[in-house]
Amino acid sequence: MLESNKHSIFQTINAASPIDKVGVEERVARFQTRSIKDDAKAQGLKMVLSMIDLTTLEGKDTPGKVKQMCFKAHHLHDLHPNLPQVAAVCVYPSMVAIAKQALEGTSVKIASVATAFPSGQSNLEIKLADVKLAVDSGADEIDMVISRGKFLSGEYNFVFDEIAMIKEACGVARLKVILETGELCTLDNVRKASDIAMYAGADFIKTSTGKIQPAATMQVTYTMLLAIKDYFEATGKMIGMKPAGGISTSKLALHNLVMVNEILGPNWLHNEWFRFGASSLANDVLMQILKLESGSYQSPNYFTLD
Amino acid sequence: MENKKNASEDHQWLYSPSLESTSHIEIKDKYELFINNEWIAPTSNKYFDTINPADEKVLSKIAWANAQDVDKAVKAARKAYDEVWSKISAGDRSKYIFRLARMMQEKARELAVIETLDAGKPIRESRDIDVPLACNHFFYYAGWADKLDYAFPNQKTESLGVVGQIIPWNFPLMMAAWKIAPALAAGNTVVLKPAETTSLTALKLAEIIKEAGIPPGVINIITGHGDTGEALVKHPDINKIAFTGSTQVGKAIQKALVGTGKRSTLELGGKSANIIFDDAPIDQAVEGIVNGIFFNQGHVCCAGSRLYVQENIAEKLVEKLKHRMKSLILGNPLDKNTDIGAINSREQLQTIEKYIQIGIQEGSEIFQCEGALPANGFYCKPTIFTNVSQSSVLSQEEIFGPVLTIQTFRTIDEVIQKANNSPYGLAAGVWTDKGSKIFNLTSKLKAGVVWANTYNKFDPASPFGGYKESGFGREGGMHGLGAYLKIIK
Repeated sequence: MLESNKHSIFQTINAASPIDKVGVEERVARFQTRSIKDDAKAQGLKMVLSMIDLTTLEGKDTPGKVKQMCFKAHHLHDLHPNLPQVAAVCVYPSMVAIAKQALEGTSVKIASVATAFPSGQSNLEIKLADVKLAVDSGADEIDMVISRGKFLSGEYNFVFDEIAMIKEACGVARLKVILETGELCTLDNVRKASDIAMYAGADFIKTSTGKIQPAATMQVTYTMLLAIKDYFEATGKMIGMKPAGGISTSKLALHNLVMVNEILGPNWLHNEWFRFGASSLANDVLMQILKLESGSYQSPNYFTLD
Repeated sequence: MENKKNASEDHQWLYSPSLESTSHIEIKDKYELFINNEWIAPTSNKYFDTINPADEKVLSKIAWANAQDVDKAVKAARKAYDEVWSKISAGDRSKYIFRLARMMQEKARELAVIETLDAGKPIRESRDIDVPLACNHFFYYAGWADKLDYAFPNQKTESLGVVGQIIPWNFPLMMAAWKIAPALAAGNTVVLKPAETTSLTALKLAEIIKEAGIPPGVINIITGHGDTGEALVKHPDINKIAFTGSTQVGKAIQKALVGTGKRSTLELGGKSANIIFDDAPIDQAVEGIVNGIFFNQGHVCCAGSRLYVQENIAEKLVEKLKHRMKSLILGNPLDKNTDIGAINSREQLQTIEKYIQIGIQEGSEIFQCEGALPANGFYCKPTIFTNVSQSSVLSQEEIFGPVLTIQTFRTIDEVIQKANNSPYGLAAGVWTDKGSKIFNLTSKLKAGVVWANTYNKFDPASPFGGYKESGFGREGGMHGLGAYLKIIK
């Protein structure tokens, strides 16, 4: 990127208006008063299912675990017809090949975390190699982490350049940039990191690794959705959003969709532009869908754990 | 990357109706006057309809009190003052008020639904704002009843006697609470007249008063039109008139009171300035603008109806405001997702529409959201006008509807001058990330309330009232208590 070009991008990023946390909390509370019932609820829940990145990111992950999760990704609840499948599975790079094999012939995407996930504490060479491993093994999407230490010490250029280089290494794979908002602490920082990520080439911005609390709070997601909106107004380019970590109930997921609907509009209500990073959300959504249709809740025993 | 500009059908996500049930409420076919804890037929034998402004259907018939009925109510209040309310201990007064507060809270859901039916305001607001605030007002002043010596240390206070209170239609139950709670806590008895379009929640409150065993005559509620209010103002045995409503009526009341020795507090109109600086948190400011002018369909005396935006961010801010307005849901006030309900009455809708026409004729640029209005009922789309001047009628007169004027400014001095350049002075909003700027403006804006980085926030502990033609006297907090007491030593 040309230095002068970059200079003007940073002017744009720095020109973002400050964020008043109290005001954000009030706005978010207002979204939560939206009452989603009947058809809207059924439609919303199915959208949620189709937007899930079914995730396992544990040290103890094995091929066995990953294979079973992949099967669930396209067989969410076979007893019930007309259910969508999830958008993607999200695994470590070492598990991408396994997932690829397990998901062959399906349209479920494979996302892989990379860049020394979750801390990002390594050098560029290793981060690029990490990305390469995932992409070469067949990942469709790369979920990178930003260097929070560099960000907090004010080295925004470093963060920007790193994202730009990872993006290049992704090739055709779509890049999700994890800000790890729980470590950025302020909404102003969340906004700044969102802007840096988008201008550096992110296809998606994502709240968290799931390893740090708090993760995807509605306040943080709201702030990032507004950043996406402003970026779209300025450039005409759509950026995706992925809240990850802490969204485990249908109600919270629907409130997130309400925010997307009212800030970004229906164009974003598609798994191409919005995802939930979650490991236990799917079953709660399934339970609610079946409750809507039958009128009563079924035991959790009827929903598979993978 | 290829961008999809148009949402395909299946992407649209419209919220299904989510109507608050009305099965749990009870509205009588006819309401009499509430005097001495009894329901008394009006001597006039006249009744008027109260309708639901959302569908124009009649909800109930309301007694129309004449001067004779007013006299009955004042006599009841005087007797209760002389024989009971001024004699019982302050602690007992406190207990009665607490009981009222608790019983209102128990019936909160019914009160909220009736408020929405009678006034047209969204159930979200009556449920989350009006009713809880009304209850909190009683709770707050119940606590003061036996602590008057602490509220006014080293002074001796005395209650005034019988208080006549006239309230508006924009926050029917909440205004009743603002009026009744401090008057009772200070030891006065009350004759309250609700607005003619919104009597129902005050009459429900009367039922609660009776059920709570408040001594007869302490709170009397008489319904009617302007002539009823006039009779109350002119009644010779009233010690104070507390009025909330239009500046026009406020002036008439003040004239009628001259030389009578009656005290008064008036909370009148407004044309409040909401000021956005270029260093403001812009998205939160947009939210504050929306809350400032579209809350309760703009039927708010302190509505932030004059928006001043620093010129260098005006374009961006107006774009964001328009975008936000598109997500406001207008419709059935009983729907939990409704943001903008019905205009309170046909008359008020006509007034608002008249001003919108004036704005268009003056050459200001109008923006309203798309979409059809419900077939029946009184509705007005949220409306903003840009390219408005200080000398436009639209930016000078109170519209009392969802109509915002937007003007730009360049410097702090300019905006202070323009904000203060109004016969009104009820409230103002200031939006900036800079604390020093806030303090500078709060000391220079001639407004009773100045909100910083927020708007339309109310709390029983915080005094509320105006400068200039927005009235005098304060409601809420210790100031509001003082307005119902005389200092005798």
